[in-house]
Amino acid sequence: MSEPLLKVRGLKIGATVYPPGEKPHDIDIVHGVDFDVQKGKVLGLIGESGAGKSTIGLASMAYGRGGVKITGGEVWVNGRDIMQSGIGDIRKLRGGEVTYVSQSAAASFNPAKKIIDQVVEAAVEQKKFSRKEAEERARVLFDKLGLPDPQNIGDRFPHQVSGGQLQRCMTALALCPEPDLVVFDEPTTALDVTTQIDVLMAIKEAIRETGVAALYITHDLAVVAQVSDDIMVLRHGNMVEYGSVDQIINSPQEEYTQALVSVRSIEHEEKQPNGDPVLSVRNITARYKGTQFDVLHNVNVDLYPGQTLAVVGESGSGKSTLARVITGLLPPREGEIEFAGRTLSSDLAGRSREDLRELQMIYQMADVAMNPRQTVGTIIGRPLEFYFDMKGEEKRKRIIELLDEIELGEEFIDRYPAELSGGQKQRVCIARALAAKPKMIICDEVTSALDPLVADGILKLLLELQKIEDVAYLFITHDLATVKAISDNIAVMYQGKVQRYGGKSQVLSPPFDDYTDLLLSSVPEMRLGWLEDVIANRKMESAGN
Amino acid sequence: MPLIIKLLAQRIALGLILLLLVSGLIFAGTMILPGDVAQSILGQSATPEALENLRAELGLNDPPLQRYIQWLGGAMTGDLGTALTSGADITASIAKRLSNTLFLAFWAAIIAVPLAIFLGLLAVRFKDRWPDKAISAVTLASISIPEFLIGYVLMYLIAVKLRWFPSVAMINDSMSLGDKLSAIALPVTVLTLVVLAHMMRMTRAAILNVMQSAYIETAELKGLNGFQVIFRHAFPNAIAPIVNVVMLNLAYLVVGVVVIEVVFVYPGMGQYLVDHVSKRDVPVVQACGLIFAAVYIGLNMVADVVAILSNPRLRHPK
Repeated sequence: MSEPLLKVRGLKIGATVYPPGEKPHDIDIVHGVDFDVQKGKVLGLIGESGAGKSTIGLASMAYGRGGVKITGGEVWVNGRDIMQSGIGDIRKLRGGEVTYVSQSAAASFNPAKKIIDQVVEAAVEQKKFSRKEAEERARVLFDKLGLPDPQNIGDRFPHQVSGGQLQRCMTALALCPEPDLVVFDEPTTALDVTTQIDVLMAIKEAIRETGVAALYITHDLAVVAQVSDDIMVLRHGNMVEYGSVDQIINSPQEEYTQALVSVRSIEHEEKQPNGDPVLSVRNITARYKGTQFDVLHNVNVDLYPGQTLAVVGESGSGKSTLARVITGLLPPREGEIEFAGRTLSSDLAGRSREDLRELQMIYQMADVAMNPRQTVGTIIGRPLEFYFDMKGEEKRKRIIELLDEIELGEEFIDRYPAELSGGQKQRVCIARALAAKPKMIICDEVTSALDPLVADGILKLLLELQKIEDVAYLFITHDLATVKAISDNIAVMYQGKVQRYGGKSQVLSPPFDDYTDLLLSSVPEMRLGWLEDVIANRKMESAGN
Repeated sequence: MPLIIKLLAQRIALGLILLLLVSGLIFAGTMILPGDVAQSILGQSATPEALENLRAELGLNDPPLQRYIQWLGGAMTGDLGTALTSGADITASIAKRLSNTLFLAFWAAIIAVPLAIFLGLLAVRFKDRWPDKAISAVTLASISIPEFLIGYVLMYLIAVKLRWFPSVAMINDSMSLGDKLSAIALPVTVLTLVVLAHMMRMTRAAILNVMQSAYIETAELKGLNGFQVIFRHAFPNAIAPIVNVVMLNLAYLVVGVVVIEVVFVYPGMGQYLVDHVSKRDVPVVQACGLIFAAVYIGLNMVADVVAILSNPRLRHPK
């Protein structure tokens, strides 16, 4: 085999951390990894947050974020050890030989400059092309990446194009200088699932046509399976498994990889509606103050005791607005909320303490939903005092009971949120909601910020607690895998309307309406060739129409 | 661009309303000052009849609102009245003094603003290294020392010992531009030292704030060098706060230079104002106050307008 384009040997990366109340000290993030990327091949780096995958990707450009620095090992690009290169050579490497596509194009484009200026900048600066040639190249790339009006879209400013379009512009930015290697760092993670599939396809096509090599970093194994030739699984800065995409997906050797491959494996039997609904949303139409259009149009859904209604939709579909209406934060223009046999005041101020107690909420960002200066015991104890007047030993006993239910021990009672992991924080938020003994909990994207395995644990816990406490969940999410895992009923929302509503098996079975079909077929599946199949199907359909 | 025009019109209207309110405040403020203009003109030995006659002649017995409207109407048509003490036309005297003050402020700004921004960029480029620390130390020291002290020290060293520039900054119309510049070299230096630190530190902070953004990382990963990243990618996004502090300091150069003008005997607005405050010459004080307020509000309005214009979302709506 010829000399690889990128050869990494014994790469060690460290950082200086500044924990509150402790002395700054150095920690190791990556403990020596080896891998090769051949010309024109794509290596997928996969792992949970903190696995060191972005850090490794940036190391191939000799770059460390914040206090991150490469502490050992070799990184060879095109036969040169870039660890031994001077800053001048490294600048030629960056933007010339190796380029970078970040997770959030919206943040990575300079808001004050036109898109075209930013796309051609590296190519011109590295003297690969003249300004005119680079612009011509950029327009060809815009066209290849499926951007509308490729001749003129570059003259717009970043805020004038959509998120998915901007992510494609970022890919054009990376490909414009004709690099040998592109580092894709979670390029589709921030996108809606129906947008993701287009961007994914555009990236895959661009890689194939230009023959560029790539490092593709993601936490989503199903995504990386579509674009990679090889996959390296990382955990806590160590390599877990490294092999061809076929081997990793179809016959993973390591236990951790097997867990990643099978993560979406919760079996949940759909329950039939029984008795009267605990929550009935009746003809809700709502708009935000000072705006001229409705964000919810005549929404009707029911939630039955001890069951889960999943409200699924993409950003802007109105699913979070529905939660705001139900909680009373946004009084609707029309319609009513019936809850536990009574009609709730549309305004939060008009609701009784009992209304508040029986309807609890869990949020996406557990981090910001807790006071960082309060201990876990205080956080969980607060609703006990507020709703049940519990004090002293009684309260403490109940807190420990709740901690036990969320599978955290008594020793957590005096800890602060900063000492907990992401999953543990979300568990504490669940315990706080349960402390009020609610009839219903609104779960707003509660697993979106978590790694897949951790999210899986939270979902299992929620199902377990539902059995014990007989609590109903209104589960808001954009993730269809989560919906399949836990729901009894599903409402698919699109542009403020309920597009499809019913029992899980009914909603997820054909015949579909166009939007639900698009949504369902866009969810990446963990098998090779899925992306090609979807694209081929869609082409056939549009040809048939 | 309807939104941006609406915003700009709002800002300008707000500025004008503010100026109107301030004019009311200035007028009311000089009204409630203790003492009596007639008394201070005629002295302690004046007879009550003489005082009464003078008051009637000066219009001091008219209702305050009527006097305010007359004064404001005059000011808007360029007639600021006559000085009580000398009987001179205020508009003419102020025009001369104001042009001198603006002359001094202009040259101080020409040097201080680019220098401050350049030093700020330099401090960002070498953040936490010795150039940054040296720039911070020197500018902080210069802002901490009282300006009159810097004035006298420079006067002693440069005018008296080295004899490079005159110690007194007297200028008049018959001097050539070169002579004038030589005359104001010392006050310009002092003013530059006084306003440098504020602008430089704000430039540094504003750009450092922008340097945290993800698009700065993008720029670095394009292989741009430190200055290219700062000039091309950070600076355009830091214009609004920088212009704000620059305008505040320009306003200071016009309205806050009383001490410097006195130290260097410079015939500007500040000296003129101080002279007439001590003589209790109310029309002159009011006129000076109004002009200072107009300068202040006008420059801040410019800062707001630049901030609006520098926002690409407003300049190029979806």
